[in-house]
Amino acid sequence: MNMLMSDDWRRVDGRRWDELRTVKIEVGVLKNADGSAYIEFGKNKIVVAVYGPKEAHPKHLALPDRSILRCRYHMQPFSVDERKNPAPSRREIEISKVTREALEPALILEDYPRTVIDVFIEVLQSDGGSRCAGITAASVALADAGINMRDMVAACAAGKVAGRIVLDINDEEDKMGEADMPVAFLPNLKQISLLQLDGKLTKDEFKECLNLAIQGCMQVYKLQREALMRKYFSTEVEA
Amino acid sequence: MMMKRTSTIVEHLKRIQMIELLAKGKRLDGRGLTDYRELKIEVGLIKKANGSAMVKLGNTQVIAGIKVEVDEPFSDMPDKGLFICNAEVLPTASAYAEPGPPDEDAIELARVVDRGIRESEMIALDKLVLISGKKVYAVFADVSVLNTDGNLFDATSYAVVSALLTTRIPKYEVKDDRLVKTEDTIPLPINTIPVSVTMARIGDSIIVDPTSEEEMCMDARVTISTDDQGRICAMQKGNPGTFTLEQLNNAVSIAIDKGNEIRALIKSICMQAQVG
Repeated sequence: MNMLMSDDWRRVDGRRWDELRTVKIEVGVLKNADGSAYIEFGKNKIVVAVYGPKEAHPKHLALPDRSILRCRYHMQPFSVDERKNPAPSRREIEISKVTREALEPALILEDYPRTVIDVFIEVLQSDGGSRCAGITAASVALADAGINMRDMVAACAAGKVAGRIVLDINDEEDKMGEADMPVAFLPNLKQISLLQLDGKLTKDEFKECLNLAIQGCMQVYKLQREALMRKYFSTEVEA
Repeated sequence: MMMKRTSTIVEHLKRIQMIELLAKGKRLDGRGLTDYRELKIEVGLIKKANGSAMVKLGNTQVIAGIKVEVDEPFSDMPDKGLFICNAEVLPTASAYAEPGPPDEDAIELARVVDRGIRESEMIALDKLVLISGKKVYAVFADVSVLNTDGNLFDATSYAVVSALLTTRIPKYEVKDDRLVKTEDTIPLPINTIPVSVTMARIGDSIIVDPTSEEEMCMDARVTISTDDQGRICAMQKGNPGTFTLEQLNNAVSIAIDKGNEIRALIKSICMQAQVG
């Protein structure tokens, strides 16, 4: 068959075709930030801080009717196999942009005129699918910061590996596979706020892939909720 | 790159007007929802380049030039040539464009155009090897936006694709592990013609080829590239704003249909140029 898929349809890391990697989300991990979250998505390790709403600097940036959302997706030099130059790459600038555009529809920015909300996504270790994990954690951190939101944003990729449509592509599958399609989804409003595709899919494969990615997002959403509930609705008294 | 938000009030009024018209299947400039503006492509206008194309899509105007050099391959891909795509919005493009390093919009533009071409495997990079692991052809595509009136993604992509289709590269002979340039030129090895189709959602309507005015009012944008066989090879959603599942499935069908039309046009122009 193929080195990415064993004879009994197991993937390189032993997962089935519709299985997510192990996901762990923790809320409120940075004391200074207004909101923060830490996520482990397979081998991805990402920390997100939210600062704001705060006064816009320089002042001319401010909009009279709403807040400005700014996002920075940044990889640590040691987060990948070969040291990454710490200066923002073109890839990181693009991911910062699509991340902002994926999160913005969920936020009620009109509630905070003349302000800025900063989202800092720091990738400590990367394992394929880091933009989705970053968006997922950022959404949790924004909720932790108490920003008014219409919905959460849950993100997950699907793709094509060894001829099969599979959920949640890891690093190896991304590099050797046939297609990778990151998706972000607003689970209650049923809206897609991030969609990218690298690789070839037929029209039917695309439909299958998108449906599978959305199923993955719904699973991620459940974990986001649980993480927030643990912090805010836990009956345990904090020491 | 795109027109800055000048007045939220005017934008709001325009948007209302647009949505009313779209409900009747019409647009401000009289087009139907899935009509492109007039597309004009001129190829081979820059003689110093290995390939070139000027694209006019309505008032959006873009020029692409291809330069081919001999370079060393990447260490992890010793048997593949190189393709590097860059895009820039010139200060000539609008009153809001300024000189300086590319901003995030220009970076996204270049990366989305690059992705459509790379993922479709338009250029047979494995046929661009001169000496395995040592010398390969490096294909540089540089695109500049001269005038903006929306849909830079498609205009830029058509310009690069047309320029690549009419590119001629110098032929080399290998003598004792050294390269000797000959007088002959050959075309680039081409597998397929990828065509990008960009759509905007305004309210509940999906329109193709948005103008600047429509881009100012759009909720969300999506660019879908397809190949000869109607396969999707790259996608990018843009702008804050969302799509539903049904809207995206609809967009994919439009992208395949429109892609075929535009591919036929690009093909006929580039074939004619090669004969003439």
